[in-house]
Amino acid sequence: MLGKLSWAAIPLAQPLPLYAMGVVGIVILAVLGVVTRNGWWPYLWREWLTSVDHKRIGVMYMALALVMLLRGFSDAIMMRSQQAIAVGGAQGYLPPDHYDQIFSAHGTIMIFFVAMPFVVGLMNFVVPLQLGVRDVAFPVLNSVSFWLTASGALLVNASLVIGNFARTGWMGYPPLSELAYSPDVGVDYYLWPLQISGVGTLFAGINMVTTILKLRAPGMTYFRMPVFCWSALTSSILMVVAFPILTATFAMLLLDRYLGMHFFTNDGGGNVMMYVNLFWAWGHPEVYILILPAFGVFSEVIATFSGKPLFSYRSMVLALLAICVLSFMVWLHHFFTMGAGADVNAFFGIMSMIIGVPTGVKVFNWLFTLFRGRVVYRTPVLFAIGFMVTFVIGGMTGVLLAVPPVDFVLHNSVFLVAHFHNVIIGGVLFGAFAGYNYWFPKAFGFTLDERWGKASFWCWLTGFYLAFMPLYALGLKGMTRRLQHIADPGWQPWLLVAELGAIVIFCGILCQVAQLYVSIRTWKDRRDPTGDPWNGRTLEWATSSPPPAYNFAVLPKVETIDAFWDMKRKGLGAAEPAYEAIEMPRNSPIGFVIAFFAVAAGFSLIWQIWWLVILGLLAIVGVVLVFGWSEDREREITAEEMARKERARRQEQARWRPGQAT
Amino acid sequence: MTIGTIEAVGPELVRGRGGGGPASTRTVVAYGFWIFILSDITMFSALFAAYAVLSGRTAGGPTAGELINLSHVFLETMCLLVSSYTCGLGALSAERRQRDRFLAFAALTFMLGAAFLFIEIWDFAAMVRMGAGPSRSAFLSAFFALVGMHGAHVTSGLVWLVYMAAQAAAKGLRPRVLRRLLCFSLFWHALDIVWVGVLTLVYLIGAR
Repeated sequence: MLGKLSWAAIPLAQPLPLYAMGVVGIVILAVLGVVTRNGWWPYLWREWLTSVDHKRIGVMYMALALVMLLRGFSDAIMMRSQQAIAVGGAQGYLPPDHYDQIFSAHGTIMIFFVAMPFVVGLMNFVVPLQLGVRDVAFPVLNSVSFWLTASGALLVNASLVIGNFARTGWMGYPPLSELAYSPDVGVDYYLWPLQISGVGTLFAGINMVTTILKLRAPGMTYFRMPVFCWSALTSSILMVVAFPILTATFAMLLLDRYLGMHFFTNDGGGNVMMYVNLFWAWGHPEVYILILPAFGVFSEVIATFSGKPLFSYRSMVLALLAICVLSFMVWLHHFFTMGAGADVNAFFGIMSMIIGVPTGVKVFNWLFTLFRGRVVYRTPVLFAIGFMVTFVIGGMTGVLLAVPPVDFVLHNSVFLVAHFHNVIIGGVLFGAFAGYNYWFPKAFGFTLDERWGKASFWCWLTGFYLAFMPLYALGLKGMTRRLQHIADPGWQPWLLVAELGAIVIFCGILCQVAQLYVSIRTWKDRRDPTGDPWNGRTLEWATSSPPPAYNFAVLPKVETIDAFWDMKRKGLGAAEPAYEAIEMPRNSPIGFVIAFFAVAAGFSLIWQIWWLVILGLLAIVGVVLVFGWSEDREREITAEEMARKERARRQEQARWRPGQAT
Repeated sequence: MTIGTIEAVGPELVRGRGGGGPASTRTVVAYGFWIFILSDITMFSALFAAYAVLSGRTAGGPTAGELINLSHVFLETMCLLVSSYTCGLGALSAERRQRDRFLAFAALTFMLGAAFLFIEIWDFAAMVRMGAGPSRSAFLSAFFALVGMHGAHVTSGLVWLVYMAAQAAAKGLRPRVLRRLLCFSLFWHALDIVWVGVLTLVYLIGAR
């Protein structure tokens, strides 16, 4: 009846996660209590949970990412503490079984449920606004994508209290992840949530590619698109082409585990290295799925706050496209030690170095944009400059690792750990934070507090260097990754510095929480009635903040790159346009409902509760078929209604932006 | 989504540079579905790669040459290729708003697809009975995963076809139904393309 599920699944022997989840549970109950007491459910359901508005969905993606950042970071600081304590005779406070789950969960959560939702959320929020259109190509599918990602996050976290998580590391390499060596539900808790959220990511990618290539304001030719849209396009193309490989690979591992097949087993003719190859055929493009949108954010931020057009727009776009293609030709550098031979390793080593060239082009373009600009040092710019310094260091250690003989020495050492945190924190996360500070006023109509923002930046920057520079040194000394216990007491000083770094990063996170809290408390004083707080260059700043559901009453006509800058210069948009009736998609609960059944199906697949699996999957098919039958999915905004809304909005805006209301 | 006005930006921007404003819903839907098919083909390519790596790893079990019945495969191929033809005829009738003709072609397509599936399942069952199931060897795991994944796609295609026929019958060939039929046709033809790959890599090379 309940498959493998029993009371034994609750890890009473490891009380730490139970306490943690107890606290999280109390917080969740408190939030739900406040929502219920204030009667906010109808509002939440109507305006957020069932919303198909790309802006709302983007905000929800980023909220999910921020919450999961807290989870992933608590894993990180636990690992740092364990390594700082468990040296020589001391054993630390985390037993190996628990420690192994923590490093696996940390990687899985940070990649799939922090970095991914953050960049997808930014794309969702910004791209249609920058393109000057009213929504993405498939608004309802967009909601489904988000809710599937959220389902995956929920299931991964369920492993804290019901069962356990994988001890395989976040890549889940066989044969360790095969049934013979990981017989319990840990690996299944890794595979099924990622399959579910992977479908969501694929849909998000399809949606974004279609939006960017088929829905742009009149006059916005390809080479007039903002660079962030180009970065979103290349990132989404990679999602569409790379994620199905991961889905197929995980499906094969699941077939091994559930039906006794032999794709990656030691016996029966399986090939373990095929998993590693397929995994990184997805995994390396994934790195660029994450970093390319961050490059896009920095391009927007640096151009805006330098008060200059981006230096060499075309080379920026070409560099993005070059990275997009090259990202598929370097995957073997993740396992030079496989022993494919000198020729193969040399090819992939050289390709990995070549990919540094377009990246270097981008760094120089940003520098030349800043050069002789009137740079305003707001929080997003600080993150952008911190990124440039940090990312160049990370890039150089990457080029070092791309030399196969060096890699043989450093493979799976903490040097590698330092390298990829160097590019992911210094690149992706700084990009996400820059974007969060930059577009927050567009989403909510008030700016974020600068003092707390700057404090968070400095904590993150110094914390990052303190935490990861020692790991470079330790890696060169020979320390391998994922050690639960450190034998050499000589390494402890370095590990203590790294622990200090983690604490400083924690201060950075606290500053961000404080920043959000303070900004909301004082939102009336920090309102931005103009819709254009930074003197922006691209179309998202042309509409009000927060934008109306339809973004633009009349689609803007684009005549150059930096369309809004051009409009401001020419004083366009002061005359009232002729309003026409438009159609907007109605809200739909289908995303939420599908996610509900996906959680049920995913949970029962993990625990092999087969009747619930069938029920859940049939329910999903049923929901899709019923939705497919429905008509009346758009609501019309009539020309009169539009004129009424717009006049009020324009009057308000005109008081603050003389001569250039839109 | 309304369609942007073209005359306001001048015809030189419309041609080839993408300045013509948002595309029509029909274009957007079909384009999005093309991208989906691209992703689906990528997923199949991973399974093809796995099959190519594992096709010789029989672990002492039966080889491809011992298992493949080319006459069945010929029948399967004919069913699928002809079903694509009838699917195309159905799409043409739908475009001309000839509902009954469309329904007839849909029924024919369904029967051919179902016949394909029937032969495939028949062969699979025979293989499992003779001890050549998917857990016998890495080769057979890859075989069943690749061919079975194609079969699963055909199955979902059949469910979709029934659903579309029901929509066409109940609601008539209105624009939304037509857009979905366009997507269905793309899907069905793409399955043919995948099958040509399966036929070549698995069956023709395997039977040598």
